[in-house]
Amino acid sequence: MARTIVPIGPYHPLQEEPEFFTLTVEGETVVAVDVEVGYNHRGIEKLSEMKTFDQSTFVIERICGICSTSHPFAYTRAVEDIISMEVPERAKYIRTVIAEGERIHSHLLWLGLAGHFLGYNTVYMWAWKLREEILDAMEILSGNRNNYAMFKPGGVRRDIKADDIPVVIKKIDSIVPTMIMLKKAVIDDPVLGARTKGVGILSKEDSIRYSALGPTARASGVARDVRKDSSYGAYDKVEWDMIVTSNGDVFDKLVVRVLEIFESIKIMKECLRSLPKGEIDSKIKNIPPGEGIGCVEAPRGECFHYVRSDGTNRPVRHKVRAPTFMNLPTYKATVVGQTISDATIIFAAIDPCYCCTERIAVRNGKGKKLYNGEDLIRLSQEKTEKIRGGLK
Amino acid sequence: MKRGDVLENINQRFKEEIIDVIDKSSTRVYIEIKPCSLVKVAKYVFEELGARFNIASGLDVRSHMEILYHFIFEEINLLISFRVKLDRAKPEIDSLTPIFEAANWIEREIYEMLGVKFKGHPDLRKLFLSDDWPDGVHPLRCDYKEWDRKAIRDRGV
Repeated sequence: MARTIVPIGPYHPLQEEPEFFTLTVEGETVVAVDVEVGYNHRGIEKLSEMKTFDQSTFVIERICGICSTSHPFAYTRAVEDIISMEVPERAKYIRTVIAEGERIHSHLLWLGLAGHFLGYNTVYMWAWKLREEILDAMEILSGNRNNYAMFKPGGVRRDIKADDIPVVIKKIDSIVPTMIMLKKAVIDDPVLGARTKGVGILSKEDSIRYSALGPTARASGVARDVRKDSSYGAYDKVEWDMIVTSNGDVFDKLVVRVLEIFESIKIMKECLRSLPKGEIDSKIKNIPPGEGIGCVEAPRGECFHYVRSDGTNRPVRHKVRAPTFMNLPTYKATVVGQTISDATIIFAAIDPCYCCTERIAVRNGKGKKLYNGEDLIRLSQEKTEKIRGGLK
Repeated sequence: MKRGDVLENINQRFKEEIIDVIDKSSTRVYIEIKPCSLVKVAKYVFEELGARFNIASGLDVRSHMEILYHFIFEEINLLISFRVKLDRAKPEIDSLTPIFEAANWIEREIYEMLGVKFKGHPDLRKLFLSDDWPDGVHPLRCDYKEWDRKAIRDRGV
């Protein structure tokens, strides 16, 4: 059968990272996939070498708009690892609260987008409406809806006021009933099940071979979570469960994320309730020569930072590894053998800093345009409609 | 498996290959090994001991090139970084991609950023830098100068 190349990208306006996929398809089936990245390479590692340790925290925060806490969290932990120090208890709790708030809103954002790709715009609207509540709560806690600027090497920059805590807990609680409804609607829906079950399976072996991280790995039955494995912050002081499922398909990734929202709500509330008293900053004077590694569990998986200091006020090397760096190449294992209409949701399933469907263009051999991004979403949504019709 | 057992295992097995061990803290160990033995060590750690490959960090420290291969033992919360030192004039090392796919992208990244050649890598293309980036210019090397100020200015950046 004739092979057609389907280029997707490179600009992805929905989320933040431009990527370029080349899908080779036979009829409707994808037989090979290649991913190109780097359209938006900003040289942050180089930039960080020119900033002082304190300034770097803010540069690093701009790596990602959605998980803007996980990078400074990993970076500050790497710097603290150089000094071999622990931050004050209260700072640990505050850090955990911020990191979990971020996880909730990031997962909700993904859930909404996944719903949209599958033709469930109701899920999209509900999820993003709930996300607003969390962003409001984060604004009360940190002053910002995003890019919270709470972190600094040695502690946190702002304290949480005792008066704010009940307000924030009330806000978080307010999303729980709707969230339970949404969970039922998403997990029990037969059409959604038909669209996502058995689609884009990442096997346990592949997951280990690719070193997949976060929900992508946990959906494939690999119990891997930095919060449990090498606990940091206040995660070892509160009760919570790691969500692991075994099938590795899109549905399981969805289930893991939806259930993790509930765990995050639990952690966040528990931390706010049992916030210990004391200092929030251990006031680091200078950073000795040495090297340090910081890992945290970002919403998408482990975020890894390596920092080397030579005793001056700037890092000589700052290596950043975002979770998507490891998760993206798993496409090679998941997309091949699937249809184009499923490719959209499989790409979205790892929650990459994936972006566009707007710029998708399907061309035939002569370069004539067949589909664009809207068409592909339409294709995906039509398939759902068809299944829905068949079930009635 | 305990922390001591893992370190003992590695020490016993690769007595000849290990140059230096820095036991920094209960969760961080840095082991310097000979570059020629990297594949052997990585294969053992990944396949036999079941560690996860975190990532590799490449650095240029003027006198030589350094690559750190970070492996984490999740059950015992131990992160071992294997350090190899390469000749700065002609940095070359064996690729780990044939053993595990996870090393594919990071080797491409180190290749373009520092100019380290990975022997046996199936697909050593640029990863992040643009297509018109000149060959042989590696932005994370410490002697890097902005390669063409005029070209950047003319693009209106």
